[in-house]
Amino acid sequence: MTGEKRDWPLYEVFVRGKRGLNHVHVGSLHAADDRMALTHARDLYTRRNEGVSIWVVRSEHIAASTRDEKDPFFAPSADKVYRHPTFYDIPDDVPHI
Amino acid sequence: MSDDHVYMTLAEGHEDDTRWAYGTGFEDPLHGVDTTVPDGVDAAELAALCVALGDDALVSAQRLAEWTTRAPELEEEVALANIGLDLLGQARLLYSRAGQADGTERGEDAYAYFRDPDDFRNVTLAELPGGDFAFSMARLLVLSSWRLAHFQGLTASSDPVLAAIAAKGVKELTYHRQYAAEWVIRLGDGTEESHRRMRAGLRQVTAYLGELFDAYEARDEVLAVLRQIADVAGLALPEMTPGDEGPGRQGRHTDHLAPLLTELQSVARAHPEATW
Repeated sequence: MTGEKRDWPLYEVFVRGKRGLNHVHVGSLHAADDRMALTHARDLYTRRNEGVSIWVVRSEHIAASTRDEKDPFFAPSADKVYRHPTFYDIPDDVPHI
Repeated sequence: MSDDHVYMTLAEGHEDDTRWAYGTGFEDPLHGVDTTVPDGVDAAELAALCVALGDDALVSAQRLAEWTTRAPELEEEVALANIGLDLLGQARLLYSRAGQADGTERGEDAYAYFRDPDDFRNVTLAELPGGDFAFSMARLLVLSSWRLAHFQGLTASSDPVLAAIAAKGVKELTYHRQYAAEWVIRLGDGTEESHRRMRAGLRQVTAYLGELFDAYEARDEVLAVLRQIADVAGLALPEMTPGDEGPGRQGRHTDHLAPLLTELQSVARAHPEATW
């Protein structure tokens, strides 16, 4: 294998299952462009009858929170119990809550 | 089922078949189809056609499988194996139908593993050695375009089983053709080297077009597809020059078929009573 392959950018793959409501992340792959990423995703991630829809996106286009930000991002919500709507008495005749 | 891994959750909810390793929600292509050969269908002719189309698929599948561990990219390797397995699936259905039609009630293995090269009826193009990736893509493009036209015609077959097999195959072949076309365009429109190889591959396969059209006339349709793709790829479609090999449909094969079959059949012949 030559080194050229690694010039192919990394893509993240999202697949929506037959009964799924949303696309879920299933993995990643290398491809030369969007079209090839879609066909690769079809061949790698839907060969066992999993999917009805595929999204691919260049990994570099995903903005992600970092580990360093973990505490300032997520810790503050750990003690905000009042953000959960649990301080109400729900009348018996109100459905779907 | 836990949702520890999102990929696993995709397999949930397909009735009672959630065995991941075997896939989920499979459909039986022959579900509800009566397998008795209907009146008015020439059973010998039907059997011969099923064997010929099954042989095309089996031999092609073996050539595609040869790319496993040798393909330029892991992703392509899986894609080529998938396509080969689609064709293997078509071969299995066709051989089973042949055994019902010719009255011998032979199973699919009898056709795949216990016939000699002279008994095979695949077109010569399918048995040629792998060559480079460009040749393989050119061959896949030509064979899948031709087979797709053939199968589309067969969806109207007066044999309901063959019509159902063809209907299943049409969807698979449409993808095979698309996959090959994208590579022919990518390589033809790529670097100087990839263009040179793609042009050579296309020239090599066009010599076998005549044999294909003798087996099933789909000249206009297949040539229109090839011209369109060659245009986009910046390749000129070479003139059809008749090859001096074959025709495989009459059992006349190149020297390349026998070693292919020897390898394919070795395990089954060493253990003739084995089941798998």
